[in-house]
Amino acid sequence: MREVFYLATRYLSYHRVKTAILVTSITLIIYLPVGLRVLANQSRAELIARAKVTPLLLGAKGSPLELTLNSLYFESEVPDPMRYAEIARVDSSGLARPIPLYTRFRCRGFPIVGTTLDYFACRDLRLKSGRTLALLGECVVGWEVAHRLGITVGDHLVSSAENVFDLAGAYPLKMRVVGVLERSYTPDDRVIFTDLKTTWIIAGIGHGHQDLTNPATDTQALQKEGSTVVANSSLMQYNEVTPENIASFHFHGDPRDFPVTAAIVLPKDEKASTLLRGRYLSQKEPVQLVSPRELMHDLLATIFTVQSYLIAAVLIVGLATLATAILVFMLSLRLRRREISTMVKIGGSKGRISAILVSEIVAVLVLSVLLAGGLTLVTSHFGSAIIRSLILS
Amino acid sequence: MISLNELEFHYPDGEFSLRIPDLKFETGESVAVIGPSGTGKTTFLNLIGGIVSASAGKVMHDGTDLRSLSDPERRAFRIRKIGLVFQEFELLEYLTVLDNILLPYRIHPALRMTPALKARAVELAAEVGISHDLGRYVDQLSQGERQRVAICRALLPRPSLILADEPTGNLDPRNKGKVLDILFSYVEREGATLLTVTHDHDLLARFARVVDFSRFHAETSEQLSPPDGAR
Repeated sequence: MREVFYLATRYLSYHRVKTAILVTSITLIIYLPVGLRVLANQSRAELIARAKVTPLLLGAKGSPLELTLNSLYFESEVPDPMRYAEIARVDSSGLARPIPLYTRFRCRGFPIVGTTLDYFACRDLRLKSGRTLALLGECVVGWEVAHRLGITVGDHLVSSAENVFDLAGAYPLKMRVVGVLERSYTPDDRVIFTDLKTTWIIAGIGHGHQDLTNPATDTQALQKEGSTVVANSSLMQYNEVTPENIASFHFHGDPRDFPVTAAIVLPKDEKASTLLRGRYLSQKEPVQLVSPRELMHDLLATIFTVQSYLIAAVLIVGLATLATAILVFMLSLRLRRREISTMVKIGGSKGRISAILVSEIVAVLVLSVLLAGGLTLVTSHFGSAIIRSLILS
Repeated sequence: MISLNELEFHYPDGEFSLRIPDLKFETGESVAVIGPSGTGKTTFLNLIGGIVSASAGKVMHDGTDLRSLSDPERRAFRIRKIGLVFQEFELLEYLTVLDNILLPYRIHPALRMTPALKARAVELAAEVGISHDLGRYVDQLSQGERQRVAICRALLPRPSLILADEPTGNLDPRNKGKVLDILFSYVEREGATLLTVTHDHDLLARFARVVDFSRFHAETSEQLSPPDGAR
């Protein structure tokens, strides 16, 4: 058999362009449906896994899909905010425990998520180094954020300005990194977590500045009427929360009206979940309570319908390509009739000559299968990243 | 000794048939086969080589009747005992010179590739003056060099019969002489029989015998004597 393979490989390597075209075509015939299937299965697992551990989501009325994708993956369009009072309402119902999320801001391309410590327990996130959130102006970063930005505990991150031309807008906040999370292989790896109140400071709802009641700041006061002091533009506003100025940070307005993007709602049991969902069915409700799991199933049903059409189309194209490949082999045999005839005349055995020709086909097929297998492995390895970049961004 | 007895061959189209009642070739004999195109010279070589089967009669090689052998047996016989040389060389473009010479050992299990054999192929190539071309592809060679490669391929299994179908047909006079020198040298050294179809009457003087096919297909059984002046 060694001689057979030798002649087959000599033929294939001499006609390397023809071989490469054949191998590429057959590789694609095999890889496209298989790779698509792998990608589809991974996207199913990716989308479902996170939705599974998020029983319910509360958010402003609007696109439930947008709310779900933003709350689970922090990547899609930020939904309209809802009042913090809605979270308090769920909490006071006694039926579920809400975990607020405020995802409006970003920092160097990564989302800043304002939440509470319950989120870390809910998602089973563990610290790799440092400590968890304790004070205003602190943040804990996911593994990928730390890895890609080269950040360690003690470093600082500055939130991105929303609009550099808006002089009255919220100024970036310099946050101190107090912890780095262990890798979780979830979207949480790409998040900068901070306390909900810190995100409100970024939003400009809370701020810290020089104490205007102090006589030393009289030069910054424009007008003083009883307890009301109007400062002029020289008043120093802090863009970083430090031990020295933390006491000066305060919020204006009713916290019940403060914005949050969503809340993860953890019902006590199935009955509580049903009761709670019933309460938010009214058209008059300004908020919606959605089940990410059901939503993802609906989304996946649509995706997989499209996918099955796509695979069917790929299979048809694949069959056509396969037919072309067979035609190429047959034409090649025709063109090689003289060569085969020479081998027969010299005395080549029928079995050997057939084996040589079959080996060439087998070698092309094996090479194609190996390449398709390799591509499938690469797809399965980078599938999650591909899905995130294709579906969620 | 090779003998043909009451040999008949009918072409599938039925328009032409070849009849050779009696013809013998002694071991070590060099024979030129001549005749106009279309008289069955190539068919004659194919019959002797067992490439095609006669409709009737016998083709005996040292007591072995080729017609009594099955197709696989005939192939095995041919690859071991008969060396074929063609006018168009019939080399494989995707093989190097050395691989072309070794080809018979790769296409039939009856012949086994050994390191000694490779050494002999190199030796043979050196003998015919193509040792520096062993790693080249055949399309990089001249016509004369290609025919020498084809001859090496034919001679490597040490055949007792060489069937050459117009081996000098595509060569210039200098290469014609060289090619015949190689073939005659082998015949002399190994005591092999050489049957060569040729249209080149200038070369006939080098052959021990000449068989003229111009009258063969017309149902004659005449074994022709050498023409005047031929040895």
